[in-house]
Amino acid sequence: MSQAIHHDEHYDAEGSKIGMWLFIFTELLLFGGLFIIYSVYRYMNPDAFHLAAEELNRTVGSINTIILLISSMTIAMSTSALQKGQKGTTILLLEITFMLGLIFLVNKYFEWGVKFDHGIFPGSQHMLDTLSQGEILFFGLYFAMTGLHAIHIIVGMIVIGFALAGVSKGKVHADRSALLENAGLYWHLVDLIWIFLFPLFYLIH
Amino acid sequence: MQASSQIPHDVNYLDYKGKYKGLLSWILSTDHKRIALLYMFSMMTLFMVGVCLGLAMKLELIAPGKTIMGPQDYNAVFTVHGVIMIFMIVIPGLPAVFGNFLLPIMIGAKDVAFPKLNLFSWYVYIAGAVLVISSVLFGDGTPDTGWTFYAPYSFKTGTNMLPAIFGAFVLGFSSILTGLNFIVTIHRLRAPGMTWRKLPLFPWTLYGTAWIQLLATPVVGITLLLVSLERLFGIGVFDPALGGDPVLYQHLFWIYSHPAVYIMILPAMGAISEIIPTFSQKHVFGYNAIVVSTLAIAFVGYFVWGHHMFTAGMSGTAQYTFSILTFLVAIPSAIKVFNWISTMYKGSISLETPFYWAVSFIFVFMIGGLSGLVLGALATDVYVHDTAFVVAHFHFIVFGGVGFSFFAAIHYWFPKMFGRMYDKTWANVGWIFFFIGFLALYTPMFYLGLQGMPRRYYDYLEQFHSANILSTLGSWVMTFGLVITVINLFRSAKIGEIAPANPWNGKTLEWTVPSPPPVENFDVIPVYEEQDGPYEY
Repeated sequence: MSQAIHHDEHYDAEGSKIGMWLFIFTELLLFGGLFIIYSVYRYMNPDAFHLAAEELNRTVGSINTIILLISSMTIAMSTSALQKGQKGTTILLLEITFMLGLIFLVNKYFEWGVKFDHGIFPGSQHMLDTLSQGEILFFGLYFAMTGLHAIHIIVGMIVIGFALAGVSKGKVHADRSALLENAGLYWHLVDLIWIFLFPLFYLIH
Repeated sequence: MQASSQIPHDVNYLDYKGKYKGLLSWILSTDHKRIALLYMFSMMTLFMVGVCLGLAMKLELIAPGKTIMGPQDYNAVFTVHGVIMIFMIVIPGLPAVFGNFLLPIMIGAKDVAFPKLNLFSWYVYIAGAVLVISSVLFGDGTPDTGWTFYAPYSFKTGTNMLPAIFGAFVLGFSSILTGLNFIVTIHRLRAPGMTWRKLPLFPWTLYGTAWIQLLATPVVGITLLLVSLERLFGIGVFDPALGGDPVLYQHLFWIYSHPAVYIMILPAMGAISEIIPTFSQKHVFGYNAIVVSTLAIAFVGYFVWGHHMFTAGMSGTAQYTFSILTFLVAIPSAIKVFNWISTMYKGSISLETPFYWAVSFIFVFMIGGLSGLVLGALATDVYVHDTAFVVAHFHFIVFGGVGFSFFAAIHYWFPKMFGRMYDKTWANVGWIFFFIGFLALYTPMFYLGLQGMPRRYYDYLEQFHSANILSTLGSWVMTFGLVITVINLFRSAKIGEIAPANPWNGKTLEWTVPSPPPVENFDVIPVYEEQDGPYEY
């Protein structure tokens, strides 16, 4: 019986989740490469990395960390709500998650904007003239890693958008929740990567 | 996907009229068999481009001095030849074509786990290919770094590197998605009763390959992205002028690109492991040993990248560690060779074209593998580093391995894929020209390398002339064999005689369905009983 459903509709929730976990492994390895580079250069230039980290705005970083943690909570709650059949609540929680992602990006935009105003961006003359090689590397990695993370936030928001559309059209419901659960898994990954980026760039002395 | 009840079972996948007609019925199809053919035709087109570039290089090297092109053009030609051949042909080759076509049938499934993702992978592949080709046609000149995109040259050169590097990144993404799809397919969709120890060997190698695709490709992805950022913004990570380290680039690049060699060779070995038992009409010798050696190659393959960098400045400890680990890969590879030979021993061998290709695969693969030991050993590697010897070695392994097994596989599964037989005489003629041409083309390079001729040079000293003439003549003979083979296959797909369901008396599941297979492969999902094995003769 279960096999008949399986083959007629080609729906395999377990399979979809395995697929998502495998994809998450690849994303972790992608950032893993960056973390290796970061640790190598931090080891080679400890003082410069310390000096450069002082330039970053910890308040904005902390706010963004809190935003992402809350958004992870809301998307997890939306999955529970879907399983209880509360469609309206699910949609609301997904919308909140989406908005939190957007707020994160707005904060990031202002944070980067201030840096640009101070002449701190890859390839700037100001950096070449005044900063040491280690500090240049720090900012190069800072922009590359947080930039790549921001792209993942955008991808995560698109995935949440699909889940949102699925829930409102009734295609995603308690018995067919793999899409929403996978969106949740991906969003947690994005959150998790930030949890590593934040101390590496903002907090370590 | 449509419900299977709507799909008539007596219509094969080539004739099936779905929602769309003509070209759209192909490029919008989620049928794994149609996607396999999409990959095959796009790869064949790209392969022809790569072959022409290779012929141009050999023609340039027919005589000392400038023959048909200057140094800059030569750099561009070997770069594009390498990028096309590595990233678009040999890495995706067997998994994307034969994996897609046969994996679901061989494990008794109606399709792969994610049919839409499968089609999407092909789109991504095409997008990557278009990006790379666009770097040739537009911008400030064809990329000239070699396919490895070594820093710092790759972000200093004025040529049009960005689309090529980003294209390679996109191709890697396609590779990841295919691997992911296969892993889930093998885990979830095996026929009832098909335990892991009853899984045929080609799916086994695809499984090992898929894990390498999944676990190695992201690393090259991030490396290529960083080179792109370096080029666009100058972030300094690989730029020694800004404190970065170009040797770090080499480490990260080879952490992927060495396992990529096993992405290429494992499915090739898998196809051979299917062909040898069928044409020996004998149970495969040492099934467990072949499976374990597959996984061992996939595993050890991660730890050998450093042998590409023996001369790049590593500590002595790192050098001999990598050297020993490199030698270790030879053990599971040799186990496979012994198993193939033992399978043939006392078998009832039928000398068909796929068998010729398979046996010549073993021959060239062994030459490639043994020359690999010369390069894996520190002292000899320093001597032949960056000479024509290296070029000969990796063409024996990569082109010899994947190319011969690809043609073995296409001749083996051709009746299944197209429902027609090919002309056996012409197929054999194509093979013998290809085989002789191949040896004439690459064997002289071993000699040239030992004599000291560097790779990637468009010019050489008079003393290397005669071996180079032989090599260039070989390239013509091999291409002649290739053309005969391809024309024969194309003609036979149209007018060959109708093939039975099981022309070779094969024992795996794909031979139980009609040729060509119906749209959803199986009317009734096969069930494996306790006593059934993967290969019962």
